[in-house]
Amino acid sequence: MSAFLEVKNLSVVFPTDDGRVQAVDSLSFSVEKGKTLGIVGESGSGKSVTSLAILGLQKGTRAEVTGEIWVDGKEIVSATESEVRKLRGKAMSMIFQDALAALHPYYTVGHQIAEAYLVHNNVSKKQAFARAIEMLDRVGIPEPQKRVNDYPHQFSGGMRQRAMIAMALSCNPSLLIADEPTTALDVTVQAQILELLRDLQKEFGTAIILITHDLGVVAETADDILLMYAGKQIEYGTVRDVLQVPQHPYAWGLLTSIPRLTGDPNLPLTAIQGAPPSMISVPSGCAFHPRCNYVEKADVCATRVPELVAIESGKSHSVRCHMDSELRQRIFSTQVKPQL
Amino acid sequence: MSELDSPILSVRGLTKHFPGGRQGFFGKHEIVQAVDGISFDVSQGEALGLVGESGCGKSTTGRLITRLLEPTAGTVVFEGQDISHFSNTQMRPIRSDLQMIFQDPYASLNPRHTVGTIVSTPFRINKITPEGGVKKRVQEILEIVGLNPEHYNRYPHEFSGGQRQRIGIARALALRPKLIVADEPVSALDVSIQAQIINLMKDLQKDFGLTFVFIAHDLAVVRHFAQRVAVMYLGNIVEIADRDTLYATPKHPYTKALLSAVPEADPDAVGARERIRLTGDVPNPINPPSGCRFRTRCWKAAEICATQPPALIQIGTSQVACHFPE
Amino acid sequence: MLKYTLRRIVSGTLVLGIVSAIVFSIFYILPSDPARLACGKSCTPDLVARIQVALELDQSLPVQYGRFIKGIFVGRTYLANTDAARECGAPCLGYSYQTDQPVTLLLMDRLPATLSIAVGASILWLLIGLSSGILSALRRGTWIDRTSQGFALAAASLQIYFVGLILQFIFVDKLAWLPMPGYTSPFDYPLDWAKQMVLPWVTLAFLLSAIYSRLTRSGMIETMGEDFVRTARAKGLSSRDINIKHVLRAAMTPIVTVFGLDLGSLLGGAVITEYVFNIPGLGKLATEAVTNLDLPVVTGTVLFAAFFIITANIVVDLLYSVLDPKVRLS
Repeated sequence: MSAFLEVKNLSVVFPTDDGRVQAVDSLSFSVEKGKTLGIVGESGSGKSVTSLAILGLQKGTRAEVTGEIWVDGKEIVSATESEVRKLRGKAMSMIFQDALAALHPYYTVGHQIAEAYLVHNNVSKKQAFARAIEMLDRVGIPEPQKRVNDYPHQFSGGMRQRAMIAMALSCNPSLLIADEPTTALDVTVQAQILELLRDLQKEFGTAIILITHDLGVVAETADDILLMYAGKQIEYGTVRDVLQVPQHPYAWGLLTSIPRLTGDPNLPLTAIQGAPPSMISVPSGCAFHPRCNYVEKADVCATRVPELVAIESGKSHSVRCHMDSELRQRIFSTQVKPQL
Repeated sequence: MSELDSPILSVRGLTKHFPGGRQGFFGKHEIVQAVDGISFDVSQGEALGLVGESGCGKSTTGRLITRLLEPTAGTVVFEGQDISHFSNTQMRPIRSDLQMIFQDPYASLNPRHTVGTIVSTPFRINKITPEGGVKKRVQEILEIVGLNPEHYNRYPHEFSGGQRQRIGIARALALRPKLIVADEPVSALDVSIQAQIINLMKDLQKDFGLTFVFIAHDLAVVRHFAQRVAVMYLGNIVEIADRDTLYATPKHPYTKALLSAVPEADPDAVGARERIRLTGDVPNPINPPSGCRFRTRCWKAAEICATQPPALIQIGTSQVACHFPE
Repeated sequence: MLKYTLRRIVSGTLVLGIVSAIVFSIFYILPSDPARLACGKSCTPDLVARIQVALELDQSLPVQYGRFIKGIFVGRTYLANTDAARECGAPCLGYSYQTDQPVTLLLMDRLPATLSIAVGASILWLLIGLSSGILSALRRGTWIDRTSQGFALAAASLQIYFVGLILQFIFVDKLAWLPMPGYTSPFDYPLDWAKQMVLPWVTLAFLLSAIYSRLTRSGMIETMGEDFVRTARAKGLSSRDINIKHVLRAAMTPIVTVFGLDLGSLLGGAVITEYVFNIPGLGKLATEAVTNLDLPVVTGTVLFAAFFIITANIVVDLLYSVLDPKVRLS
């Protein structure tokens, strides 16, 4: 069965005054309907650039996008702007981190939802407005008939994100890209929004790409995880694979460094040394090698980019690391696992 | 902490009201009740965590303690001195003992000053010349916080986010303060950097016997840093207890809900934990609910909750402000 | 909203009162003797004394000011220096020393010319400024953008008397395509009116449209980087809808503000333009009055200009609250 979204060898390069910045480097993944892929990475890892590429939003800019993105049987990279425009908001849509900035301050929430519905459906303004009320109701906004006439700044943070979701889902898209949808929200509201996304996914069978830096959020929401570092996917697999038997030293570092609600809080956290590289000066070879505690063959790690290799043949779980698998298993079970 | 120790910081009935917008033509100014009558003590050498969601007043509390703001009512007693209404001149000798670390390492460092200038500012302002000269002392501090002392002449933009937060910490440490208020010190940092900063601050606390008030919204982060934790909601403290008690047996419904909302990076824990979903958002602090301020989102709320604000009472080793504690 | 409007009108009136008090005091504290000025050429000491009484200059300054204000609202009676008392109906701003006509009448007489310049020029500069600004923003970095912004930069650094005189030299003196600028009533001779107004319009519009072009361009480019524009694209809107409904709508707000203030101050008298083209408007009246030390007329024109500027401010603020819902509700 072919997946609803299939990305093959996606690369995005920005020509800048400081040289060519490879924001995304040969990414391949797929998402099926009703499933959620979590794309996880720190700032500058290329996760947001990836999402914009899927929506074809870099068309008309200086960005050079190569590879293939298949959405519902249509290829995005080679398509024209007007072809992609017909898919945006209808076949695929997106919600953003900062809903206050992502909504137009001068139009009512209802107007903005109706507008999204109106572009892709041959309906009257009145019908589109009715749809806006229906969607607001569906995402749990109380008194939708009244609130539909409010402006974004009159909504609370959680309600604004609900309104964004209502807008994104108004045309029943098969793919929803959520870029850090809960990062700006309080935990109790974050929990509400994640639950809403899960419910809506169950109801409409939407494929979701969840972009986040928060491993807790992916653990709760995603089926698969794509871990990105400096524009490359360095580990890919199911949530259980990546969070419970992680294979890449970066994944180990992330998982042992995050403070948790369980375990001994008196032990120091195992921090990853250094800082994520800037896009302009990505280290040679394996981009993670300057921060890696397990560099075994220093010359290889520093010069050669490791291939993405499946952990077990036939399984999706794959990793981009020079370490040989036996050593990796040994380090994982003796040093990493006890800390998880 | 023994009860005999007199606390280094003692806060009683602390209140801060901000004027809001005006209502109508001749209307009164609305009042934002940012902090409303909170009391707590901090002992020498301990780290008190202050957690809560946006609008709970935790940052305002931090600014009141360090007297960047003047309280509307209540007292802040630091080392036996009531500093609640001290003037800037009166505060000057105390400033060196009372330092603050901010959330945004980008905004809180002057981009036109070198690291050396930034970290040595406290010496200049307070006209203090440390032994061996300012530069030597500053370089020592830079080394302590894990920066290269040779970076003395560099500018903030040459550093990464984590390193900038180290500069902020170095500045706070310069005058060997007794109490540091850290306001969301790691929330602007990348995940892989947060642990570095938490570990650094923990080491500093141990090595220099520093006392911390650690303000954060992230319960897991607070758990790794603070020995005692106060949970705030809409300007009130709803629960205060030592860390292990609070995280293992939360007594206030809000604490319980807050803990259950934290997403855990463990797929097996996802289904296993008890879930409490609060409905709605935090109400507007201009017009907080009567009685218990949490009642509008609380599943245990009864009539009494609307009429009587619950007092902070001792239950076991915890103090809880709830009519129906767990 | 109504309360807000009322409050603004009350405070606007207050400001006008303060302006009038200051202007009044400055002019009447001046060392020159108003009675001597009003007396004219064939003057005797006896006449000066009578004028002093007639103009009530023997009274204290607050009393004079009080009567002046009363005159504006209910009218006043002047003791004439020659014949019987003169009745000056509200709004009374006194009589010109120079021509002995009521100042109010003079102002009303000059208003149509100024109004013609301001309205015509503003339509022109809005059209040119907005369209070239929008075009520049949409075609950023192309030759269209560079040309129009180059023009804008050049125009913004030119002066009205320079451009005005050159245009007049070319189109009136050399080519004789246009008549000498001046003012005829548009109701009587609409074609002549338009022909005479073309040069003032074009000159003013040329300079101001430069500012509006740059303002529109930078506003639109700034807005294009906003998150909500990305959202609009993600919705699948056409670029036309995005540019007009989302980008331009947001970029318009500051332009409206500047426009209101520009128009307001222009209505008070396009001083340089009127002077250069010799058009009998309020600005010309003001310059004439200042040269002749015709104090009542100076006071009148200053108050009139202040009135327009304050009104424009109020209108802009009200308009702003219509354009920006955040202002409307707080």
